[in-house]
Amino acid sequence: EFRRFSLERSKPGKFEEFYGLLQHVHKIPNVDVLVGYTDIHGDLLPINNDDNYHKAVSTANPLLRIFIQRKEDADYSAFGTDTMTRKKNVLSNVLRPDNHKKKPHIVISMPQDFRPVSSIIDVDILPETHRRVRLYKYGTDKPLGFYIRDGSSVRVTPHGLEKVPGIFISRLVPGGLAQSTGLLAVNDEVLEVNGIEVSGKSLDQVTDMMIANSRNLIITVRPANQRNNVVRNSRTSGSSGQSTESSLPSSTPNILANFLQEDDESDEEDIIIEDSGEPQQIPKAASTSESLESLTQIELLHESTQNGFLPSSEMNLNHSAGSITMEYEVRDPDHKSLEEDGTIITL
Amino acid sequence: MRRFLRPGHDPVRERLKRDLFQFNKTVEHGFPHQPSALGYSPFLRLMAIGTRSGAIKLYGAPGVEFMGLHEENNTVMQIHFIPDQCQLVTLLDDNSLHLWSLKQHSGASELREEHRFTLKGPPGSPPSATQITAVLPHSSREVLYLGTESGNIFVVELPTFTVLEDRTITSEAVLQRVPEDYCNRRSCELVEALREHPKNPDQILIGYSRGLIVLWDLQNNKVTHHFLGSQQLENLYWQRDGSKFISCHCDGSYTQWPVSSDNRQPGPLENLVPYGPFPCKAISKIYWQTTKNGVPYIIFQGGMPRASYGDRHSISVVHGSQQTAFDFTSRVIDFFIIFSSEPTAEFDDPSAMVVLAEEELVVIDLKTAGWPAVHPPYLASLHCSAITCSHHVSNIPLKLWERIISAGSKQNIHYSNMPWPIDGGTNIAPDPPQRDLLLTGHEDGTVRFWDASGVCLHLLYKLSTVRVFLTDADPNDNMNTLGEDEWPPLRKVGTFDPYSDDPRLGIQKIYLCKYSGYLAVAGTAGQVLVMELNDEDAEHVVDHAEADLLQDQEGYRWKGHEKLKTRDGAVRFEAGFQPFVLVQCQPPAVVTSLALHSEWKLVAFGTSHGFGLFDHQQKRLVFVKCTLHPSDQLALEGPLSRVKSLKKSLRQSFRRIRRSRVSSRKRRGGSGNASEVQEANAKFDQDALQEMELAPVQRKIEARSAEDSFTGFVRTLYFADTFLRDSSRHCPSLWAGTNGGTVYAFCLRVPPAERRMDEPVRAEQAKEIQLMHRAPVVGILVLDGRSTPLPEPLEVAHDLSKSPDMQGSHQLLVVSEEQFKVFTLPKVSSKLKLKLTALEGCRVRKVTVANFGSCKTDDYSENDLAVLTNLGDIQIISLPFLKLQIRYPCIRKEDVSGIASCVFTKYGQGFYLISPSEFERFSLSTKWLVEPRCIVDMPEVTSNNHVHNKSGMENAARKS
Repeated sequence: EFRRFSLERSKPGKFEEFYGLLQHVHKIPNVDVLVGYTDIHGDLLPINNDDNYHKAVSTANPLLRIFIQRKEDADYSAFGTDTMTRKKNVLSNVLRPDNHKKKPHIVISMPQDFRPVSSIIDVDILPETHRRVRLYKYGTDKPLGFYIRDGSSVRVTPHGLEKVPGIFISRLVPGGLAQSTGLLAVNDEVLEVNGIEVSGKSLDQVTDMMIANSRNLIITVRPANQRNNVVRNSRTSGSSGQSTESSLPSSTPNILANFLQEDDESDEEDIIIEDSGEPQQIPKAASTSESLESLTQIELLHESTQNGFLPSSEMNLNHSAGSITMEYEVRDPDHKSLEEDGTIITL
Repeated sequence: MRRFLRPGHDPVRERLKRDLFQFNKTVEHGFPHQPSALGYSPFLRLMAIGTRSGAIKLYGAPGVEFMGLHEENNTVMQIHFIPDQCQLVTLLDDNSLHLWSLKQHSGASELREEHRFTLKGPPGSPPSATQITAVLPHSSREVLYLGTESGNIFVVELPTFTVLEDRTITSEAVLQRVPEDYCNRRSCELVEALREHPKNPDQILIGYSRGLIVLWDLQNNKVTHHFLGSQQLENLYWQRDGSKFISCHCDGSYTQWPVSSDNRQPGPLENLVPYGPFPCKAISKIYWQTTKNGVPYIIFQGGMPRASYGDRHSISVVHGSQQTAFDFTSRVIDFFIIFSSEPTAEFDDPSAMVVLAEEELVVIDLKTAGWPAVHPPYLASLHCSAITCSHHVSNIPLKLWERIISAGSKQNIHYSNMPWPIDGGTNIAPDPPQRDLLLTGHEDGTVRFWDASGVCLHLLYKLSTVRVFLTDADPNDNMNTLGEDEWPPLRKVGTFDPYSDDPRLGIQKIYLCKYSGYLAVAGTAGQVLVMELNDEDAEHVVDHAEADLLQDQEGYRWKGHEKLKTRDGAVRFEAGFQPFVLVQCQPPAVVTSLALHSEWKLVAFGTSHGFGLFDHQQKRLVFVKCTLHPSDQLALEGPLSRVKSLKKSLRQSFRRIRRSRVSSRKRRGGSGNASEVQEANAKFDQDALQEMELAPVQRKIEARSAEDSFTGFVRTLYFADTFLRDSSRHCPSLWAGTNGGTVYAFCLRVPPAERRMDEPVRAEQAKEIQLMHRAPVVGILVLDGRSTPLPEPLEVAHDLSKSPDMQGSHQLLVVSEEQFKVFTLPKVSSKLKLKLTALEGCRVRKVTVANFGSCKTDDYSENDLAVLTNLGDIQIISLPFLKLQIRYPCIRKEDVSGIASCVFTKYGQGFYLISPSEFERFSLSTKWLVEPRCIVDMPEVTSNNHVHNKSGMENAARKS
C-alpha cells in the first residue's frame, strides 16, 4: 500500500519521530520495520538513524520515495548500489514476500553493525593542503597515543607573511591509534579540533579539548608532508593556493553542526547501575522541548493534508531549502571579516 | 561560533540579562601584599599605604577606602601628604614623583593622579645628582623640598612641579661656613632628612648622611646653625616647641641638640645608646613626643644589640621609667605616631602608634596603661597563617550573628577599648543588605570568621581545632614570657605567625549551617570535627570514631602522614564553637569533600579513598564506601604531593634554593639591601624560566580511563530529599561524585524525630552513574518540580524558603569539569547537556547556584549557575536549560592559586585571593554590590598660624 505525505525539509526532526510517524501513517504501531529510500542514483539505501534520515530528506528531489519492510522478512541484500536496477525485483519481494526465492545469499550486516574506523573525512570541503582525520577509539583498546606541543607557523595575512603560534603533533606512541592509522604524523600542525579552530588557544586548552572529545576525535591538520595530499579534480583545486586559509572559516559552521549531531549520538553512553544491578546505558529522555516542537510540526502538516489541502511538496522543500541559505547569509557577516576571497560554500 | 548553534536571540531575554548580570571588581579586602611605604595626614586623619607593585591605598574611618595604581607598577618609596590639603605626593623607585588628589565626583570622593614629574639634572650630570632621597612638603602648601643623593636640595612648585632653580640649596652653599677640619673628614653626601621648624616655617633642618646637620634659613638663603654630628645620620625629629631636636644614628645611638640664637654651632646635649654598650643596629626613625606631665615619649625603630637581637624587628617606646620594645614578626616598613595636631596645643600628647610591618598593621594604644594593641577594623592579615580553604554563608540570622560576635568579643579582651584613631572621611555607602560570613580555614588548624557584609572585612571570631589533638608543640610556647628583669624588654605584638606546628592540622573543608549553628570542619589528616555553638566555656569529652574507608581491602600500604593523636579525657573549650564529635578517616588522607545535614543530623565526608556517612546524633558511623580502583596505587600510598607534575616540583626546588639564598644573604648583609636581593631573585627567576623554555613542553593526548590514578578521589557530596527509587515516594539521599566521573546515590532512612535516638539511620546504595567522559564530578544538584534547586536543610523550617515542589518530577544536575548534564529522576535518563570543554577548551573549577535579582523590578529573581573555569573566566549558565548567559574574564589564567581560592556567594558575589593576604571581592549581580563609597571633606583651617605661614612664604618669594 502507498501513502503520500509531506515533511518540512528544514526541520526533518529525529529518525525516531519519523519512524513513529511512518508507523502511525501505515497504522502499524507495533510492527518492527526496515525503512529504505532511493537516492538520486537510484540506489536503495537504508534509513535507520538520524544521519541517513537527514541525508534522505535533503536529497529528496522533490519526492522522497520510501520503502518499508517488515523486519522479520526483510531482505537485507536489497540495499546497496544498483539496487534500483533490480527495482522490480525488490518491489516484488517487498510486496509479495511469499514469492521470495529461498536462494541462499551472503548476509551483510546493517551499516550500524559495522565498526567505524579512523578515516580521512570531508575531503571535498577542505583545502587540499589540509586533512581532517577522525580517530575512532570506539571498541579498540589502543590508546590514542600522541602528543602535541607549541610551535610557530607562517601564515599568509593581508599584511604579508606572518609568524603565528600554532599547535603541532610532537610525538606518536608506537602501537597507538594515531600511529597505526598512519593518518597523522609528527610536526603536522593542528588547525581544528572537532570543528573548532585552535588558533588563539593555549596548549593546555587544546589538550583539554582533545581529551574532552577523545571518544570521537576529529582533528584537522596541515600535514608536515604535503606530498600525500588527496588530489581532487581541477574544479575544486582551482581554489587552492592563496585561499587555503580563508576558505576555512566559512565552512566551519556547517561542519560544526554536523559534528555536534554526530557527537550527540556518540555519547549517549553514560552507564547507570540501579540497586547494584546490571550496568545499563542511560537512555535519552524523549521529552526535550526541541523534539516536541518538530513532532507537532509534522503532525500539523499531516493534518493539513488530511483536510484536503495538499501542498506541493516541491514548493515546500524548495522554500525550506531557500530559507537555509538565507539564514547562513544573514549570519555570516561575523565571519566575513575573517575571510578574504574564500569560496563561499552553501548547503 | 556559539551563535550559530543558538539561533534566535530573544530580545526580551537580552534585556532581562542586562537587568540581572553585571561584573564588577568592587573592593580588595585584607592586607596589601608587599607594602613598601606609609604616610599619614593628621589633618585629614587618613593613612596611605604604598606597595611594591605601585598601588597606593588610603584608609580612614571604617568603610573609607581609596585605591590608586601607578601606571609604572614601580615600588612606592615614600608617601607625603601635603599639609592641610586633600593631596599627597608619592615617590617611586624610578625617581618619579606623583601628585594624587581626592576630588569629589558625583557625590563621592575619588582618588586621582593629577601630575607626574621626574627631576632632571643639568645635561651630563650623574643620575645620583637628582636621585631623590628626602621629600619635605612645606607647610605653605606651595613647594616641595627634594633632598638628593648629591647633597643638593631642589625646590619645586606645586601643583605644577616647576623647578625653582634659584632657590636650590646646594651643598657648596651649606658647606661654606662649616669648619674646615670637619669638612675634610666628611663631605656632605646625600640628604638623609629634611624637617621644617615646627614654629618658624622659614627654617628647615637638613641632615646629611655623614652626620652634618644644618638649620637653613629660607628667607636669607643661608645656614644659621651647624650641628656637627660624628655618626652616620639616619633621621631627625623636632621637639614641638622648636627649642631642641633629636637625631638618630647608624650605630644605634640618638642625640639631642639645642637650638638657640646665641650658639650657632652647639654641641650635643645628650648622646645615648639605649641598648648599649655592645654594638647595636641603626635607629632608623625616631619620635620625640612631649606630654603635659613633662615626661616625654621617645619612640624609635631599631637600635637592638647587633649580636643577640639583630634579627628582631622592633620599635621601642620609652616613657620615663617605662620602656617596651615591641617585637614584630615581620620587617617594619614604617610607623607614625598619632598626636595632638592642633597647632595651638602646647604638647604632643601622643595617643597611638601605628606600625606598618611587612605582613600586618599593628596599632598600639599609648594612652592606656600597659600599651595594649588596638584591634584594627580593616587591613586584617588574612594570611597570619596561610589560608587553606574558604566558605561563604550569606544572610546569617541575627541570633547566630550575635552569638558569634559575643564569642569573639571574649577572645578580644586583651585589646584596647580605644576607638579607632584613624577616622578621617565619611562612609556614605548604604548599609550592607544582609549579614554575611566568610569563613577561612588555615594551615595552623584555625578557622576565622570574618564579617564580609560590607567593605571592611573584619575578624569576628577565631576558632582553633588544635585543642582536640596532641601535637608536638607545647601550647605554652607561644605565651608571652615577659620577665621583669628581661633586657631588652621585648614584647611580641601582632598576629602574623606563618609557622605551622603541624601541617596535618590544616583545615581543608568547612560547612556551617546558619540555622542550627552546627559547624563541620575537616582537615589534612582525615579529621572531621562536628561542632556546636556554646555561649559558655565548657569542659567535655569529644566523641571519637574511626572510619576505615578501605573496608578491609588488602595489600595496601599508606605511606603518607600518620593520623593525629587525640587528647584523652575531657578538654576545656572556650565559648564559641565547641567540637563534640571527631571522625578520623583511615587512611588519614586529606578530606576532599564534606557535607552536613543539620536536620537529619548527618555528616558526610570523602577522601581520595572513599566516603562515609556519620550520624552525629547517635554518634555512629552509618556506612563507608570505598571508591578506590584496585589498581590505583598512587592514591593509596600517600598525599597527593607525591604525584605533582615535574614542572611543579622543579618550580618548588627552585623556590627552595632561592629561599635559602635569600636567607643567607639576609644573614650576611642585614636589612638594608632588600633591593639587591630582589634583583638577584629577578635574575634567578629569569634563569629558571629560560631553563624551562629550553625543555620542550608537550602534552599527552589520551582518553581518560578507569585505570587512571585518583579516579576514586571524592570531589563532591550532596544531601537531597528526592525521588531516588520511584516517583511516588521521596526519601533522604546522599550523592557523591568522584574524580573518575562516577556518581553514587545512596537512599537513606532517617528515623522520625521522636525515635531518632532509638532506631539507626540506614543507607543503601540505589544508583551508580558512570559518566563516559570520565571527567571529575565537581557538583551535584537536584532541581525540584519547578526546576528550582532544593532548599538547604532547615531553610524551609525557618520559613526562609518555599518548600520544594514534590509534585512534579525532579531532575538531577551533574557538573563535571567538562560538561553539565541534566538527568531525569527517579529513572535516570539524560535530558540535556552542555559540553564546555569540547567547545571552548576550558574546564569547570568552581560552580555554585546563585540567585540573581533584577535591578529594575523587585519581584523578579532567578537561579543560575555561576561557574569559574580554569582559564579564570566566569560564566553564568541558566537553570534548568543550561544556556550560557554571559561570560566575564575575572582572574588571569596563570593565577592558579587565585582560581583555586575563589568562592561564590549565594547572591552572585565572590571572593578570590589576589595575594596570600588579600581577597578581591567581585560581583556578578546588578542588585548586590558592596563597594566603598565615601567622602573626604576638607576640614576647615582653624588656625591663623597658616595665614602667617603664607605671608611668610610670599615674603620669601619676593625677596628672592
